[in-house]
Amino acid sequence: MTGWERFTDSFFNARVMAEYLPKIIDGFWLTVVLALCIIAAGLAAGLALALVRAFGIRPLNWLIIFVVDLFRALPPLVIIVLLYFGLPNAGLELSGFVASWLALTLVLMAFSEEIFWAGITSVPKGQWEAARSTGLGFVQTLSYVVLPQALRITIPPLTNRTIAITKGTALASVVAVPDILGAANAGVSFSFNPSPLTLGAIAYLVLFFPVVVLGRWIETRFAWKR
Amino acid sequence: MDIFLDTFLNWQIVQDAWPILWQGLQATLLLSALVVPLGILGGVLIAVLSTVHSPWVKWPLRAWVDTFRALPPLVLLIFIFAGLPFMGLDVGAWGAVAIGFFLNTGAYYGEILRAGIESIPRGQIEAARSTGLTRGQTMRFVVLPQAVRNVLPDLISNTLEVVKLTSIASVVALPELLFQARQAQSVTYNATPIMVAAVVYFILLWPLVRVLSRLENRQLAGRR
Repeated sequence: MTGWERFTDSFFNARVMAEYLPKIIDGFWLTVVLALCIIAAGLAAGLALALVRAFGIRPLNWLIIFVVDLFRALPPLVIIVLLYFGLPNAGLELSGFVASWLALTLVLMAFSEEIFWAGITSVPKGQWEAARSTGLGFVQTLSYVVLPQALRITIPPLTNRTIAITKGTALASVVAVPDILGAANAGVSFSFNPSPLTLGAIAYLVLFFPVVVLGRWIETRFAWKR
Repeated sequence: MDIFLDTFLNWQIVQDAWPILWQGLQATLLLSALVVPLGILGGVLIAVLSTVHSPWVKWPLRAWVDTFRALPPLVLLIFIFAGLPFMGLDVGAWGAVAIGFFLNTGAYYGEILRAGIESIPRGQIEAARSTGLTRGQTMRFVVLPQAVRNVLPDLISNTLEVVKLTSIASVVALPELLFQARQAQSVTYNATPIMVAAVVYFILLWPLVRVLSRLENRQLAGRR
């Protein structure tokens, strides 16, 4: 066998690819579902924390800042491992899917809270005062005056961060979730051929390449003139 | 509560597992000291190449960067670690991590530095060239120092992510902090070693998170 034949036989082996394609496609949809669950829960929780923080209750804010710092400092894989391998020692078992979802949701919550909060604080104090003096209540000012402006400037950093954390779904394969990478790994060990990994890499590119390009576009579209 | 303390913060197990975890921490620090400079090197290469205004350089470079930004780092790492040996190319865990991080974090550092370089007005480059500096000298003495300062928060943020990301090396059995903690856990049937590893990561990275949080707030607030 020449080097080239050996290369194609290893990484682009049609027989192996055909065999494991259905599994990779199942994994693809699982990755999509996991990612969507993380994005929905993580952004909602992050926005909720930022809104609570806007009320300015000191002890509560310290707690929020600590939780946010905690999940920004911890590697996502450490959180996943702690939830999946650690909790059973205390008699609480989570499935791999739930452990990965919860861990990455907490991470996205922390990062998005920080970004939402920065957006809220970027609205000048004079606007708060002006809105309040027209008779709007605190909650009304927050939702009709501050948030619409705050959310707009958070879009580019939020998009990039969300993409980066969503790519972390591949970590779920470590805790036996048959996502794209999980299915590809299983395929490699059954067939003793790395072609399923090639398929997996292609699947990730199909999923994330458009998202990365979209993120780049959003960054220029919403860029602030310096 | 007792069960919780016994399983997650068992002092006896902390003492027993510490030597193993300490080895892991050293490997994590060594790994970070290896992959951060590698990533920055890759990033500088990409950023400098991106100043070339030829479509033959621009589009392949963008495809390269976007590919490695779209591919989850763990996928890349496993591909290198488990895939390449089938071609007779076995680079080992350290080699696989070094190559994977060079490709992945290089793309991220590259994007950040490119944005920094683009933030420097063209007039400065023309002025520098007209004083007799060469292209390389202009880059080194005029553009890069200012570019780095302009994107410093992003650079620090990315470095924090890279250090956190070294934990995925545990998947290819490189004995860093998380891997050692898992080993200790499987011997002791107790989650304390993983908890200790988490605490160590937090102590290590919290100062960086604090600094970053301040810088980012100032950056976003300064846009108005």
